[in-house]
Amino acid sequence: MDAIKVQGIGKKYKRGQYAGYLTLRDSLMGLFKRPQTDNPLSKKEFWALQDISFEVKEGEVIGIIGSNGAGKSTLLKILTGITEPTAGTALIKGRVGSLLEVGTGFHPELTGRENIYLNGAILGMPRSEIRRKFDQIVDFAGVEQFIDTPVKRFSSGMQVRLAFAVAAHLEPEILLIDEVLAVGDAAFQKKSLAKMEEVTQKQGRTILFVSHNMEAIQNLCETCVWLDNGQVKMIGQTKQVIEAYLKSSVINQAVKKFSAKQNKEAQINKITVKNATGQVTTVLDFACPFSIEIEYELAKDIPQFFLMLKIGHESVREKYVLIGLSNDNNYPNPTKKGKYKAVVIIPPFLNTGRYNFFVALTTHMIPYLDSSESISITLNQLSSSPYPMIHRNPESQVLIPLKWNITQPF
Amino acid sequence: MNPQVRIIKPKKGIVGIDFKELINFRELLYFFTWRDLKVRYKQTLIGGTWAILQPLLTMVIFTVFFGQIAKMPSDNIPYPIFSYSGLLLWLYFTNALTSAAGSIIGDERLISKVYFPRLLVPTSATLRCFVDYGLAALILGALMIYYKFLLTPAILLLPVILILTWLLATGLGYLLAALNVKYRDIRYAVPFFVQLLIYVTPVIYPLSLATGKYHWLLSLNPMTGLVEAHRAAILGHQAINFPLLGLAALTTIILFVVGITYFKSVERYFADII
Repeated sequence: MDAIKVQGIGKKYKRGQYAGYLTLRDSLMGLFKRPQTDNPLSKKEFWALQDISFEVKEGEVIGIIGSNGAGKSTLLKILTGITEPTAGTALIKGRVGSLLEVGTGFHPELTGRENIYLNGAILGMPRSEIRRKFDQIVDFAGVEQFIDTPVKRFSSGMQVRLAFAVAAHLEPEILLIDEVLAVGDAAFQKKSLAKMEEVTQKQGRTILFVSHNMEAIQNLCETCVWLDNGQVKMIGQTKQVIEAYLKSSVINQAVKKFSAKQNKEAQINKITVKNATGQVTTVLDFACPFSIEIEYELAKDIPQFFLMLKIGHESVREKYVLIGLSNDNNYPNPTKKGKYKAVVIIPPFLNTGRYNFFVALTTHMIPYLDSSESISITLNQLSSSPYPMIHRNPESQVLIPLKWNITQPF
Repeated sequence: MNPQVRIIKPKKGIVGIDFKELINFRELLYFFTWRDLKVRYKQTLIGGTWAILQPLLTMVIFTVFFGQIAKMPSDNIPYPIFSYSGLLLWLYFTNALTSAAGSIIGDERLISKVYFPRLLVPTSATLRCFVDYGLAALILGALMIYYKFLLTPAILLLPVILILTWLLATGLGYLLAALNVKYRDIRYAVPFFVQLLIYVTPVIYPLSLATGKYHWLLSLNPMTGLVEAHRAAILGHQAINFPLLGLAALTTIILFVVGITYFKSVERYFADII
């Protein structure tokens, strides 16, 4: 029996100036503008999802993966009824519960106890059910002592634990989950994962699970859907889909060779990207260091020669997260004629996502003696993150624990 | 148990109201109302006293300027109790309307992250304001004792008047809340227009003051019939003007239907554009 049957679901959004709310003036001005031509997809619109079809059997746990903007969250929003599809139909059998963003329904002024009831009601739990599970929820979250304190005085970790605890005790037939396991500290993540496993295996619940955490997807789901640019790229056994997905996120090869150019004083021959264990790959774990090896050649002595490495997020052009120079420190920085190999170790400080880097051979005098094309690398969450809280914020590109010192000098 | 099957597909045209779903979510209506009340009473220093101070101080100012200085007629009853009995319902209406109008954008995060019937949000806003009405009514009770007014059988009509006022505030609230999602101008326009509206409602002056075409024009405002009937039902100082109340009821129901229909037809876009 199918619990969820999705047929040809599509969702069109407007982008740019007319996305989101308008002012009355915009609408009034619109009246005087030429009406849009009957082109079904005008320039300002795009399909966030197109022709999505798949089925989920009762009791099946299905994972949904894909890069940011692939349409995963839009799909869940459609299935929960938050937003409506532009095309297609979906049949859903049973009560749907969703765990979209932990703590959405929390009110900072209300106490933990009050928020459990409120959040439960928002998630569709009857009051009697919340009352019955109240102790279990508090116990799971581990916030007994603070239960009558306003949530605004909770640490963010406590808030997240409480919210997850409420949601995890929901008992709908179908559960839709978006990235909840990326919250809390490592110990709580483990506990959450165990809870999810219990829910899926013992209780036989149908679950749709969206995550960037490949480990969690692999542990929980038999089947996996890979969304790419709003379309289903692949459906099948989780292991195979994940492998294909990880492979595909490599746009450029991990080993890039450059053909010899004429009359170059300096030239890059080969660039290799290696992960922490020395494997040649551009799919990297954001929590581990990786290295970039640059083989290059100087045709003559070049005084003040150095290498430059620029790393930027793929969505940003002409601005970089980091620019490194080989003469920055007291490392040897040879300038004599010869063949060289430079190895740069990039420590784990970047959030997950796709980054481009390029290498240039240069001096202070001349722009570039030679430079590589951009090389794309993908940072994924392959293991449990050491920076769970920072990772939760996708707006943060750089992940560095800061040192805070808060005092009361007055 | 036979699990229900839900079909998700693009809807077109006017969307009916899913009463079954509303009943399933009745607890959430209660929780929204409870949340807003609780938060308000926690965040403000004197909590419920505001609900009393607002009409009380307004009544004092009205009494000084309109009652004493301008010698405004008041249907042969003391001006303080005349204006307070009008203000009580008037303030309920304006507070309910303003809260409902801002309610959907106020719960932006919930709307874009969780599904529940969107109607609950403005509905809970207008229901919540009855608590303020109840508190403010205590002062009217005190004034009635002071001026020696006795309740008459007309008081039995009060629930009907309150339900009609609720329907009016809620219907218009649905309309404005939905418009507010799309046009943020509404947020600034509502308080301003509500302020102006008091001058075309017999709160400060009695309807009997307006004659001829003005009387007729004022009667088109549903709050005219409701405020007049509210005053007469509680104070019993004059007979209830049933034709006027009937007209108000008709206008109210039309506005409610318009409001809820518009809300239902655009609510599916809320999460996309909010």
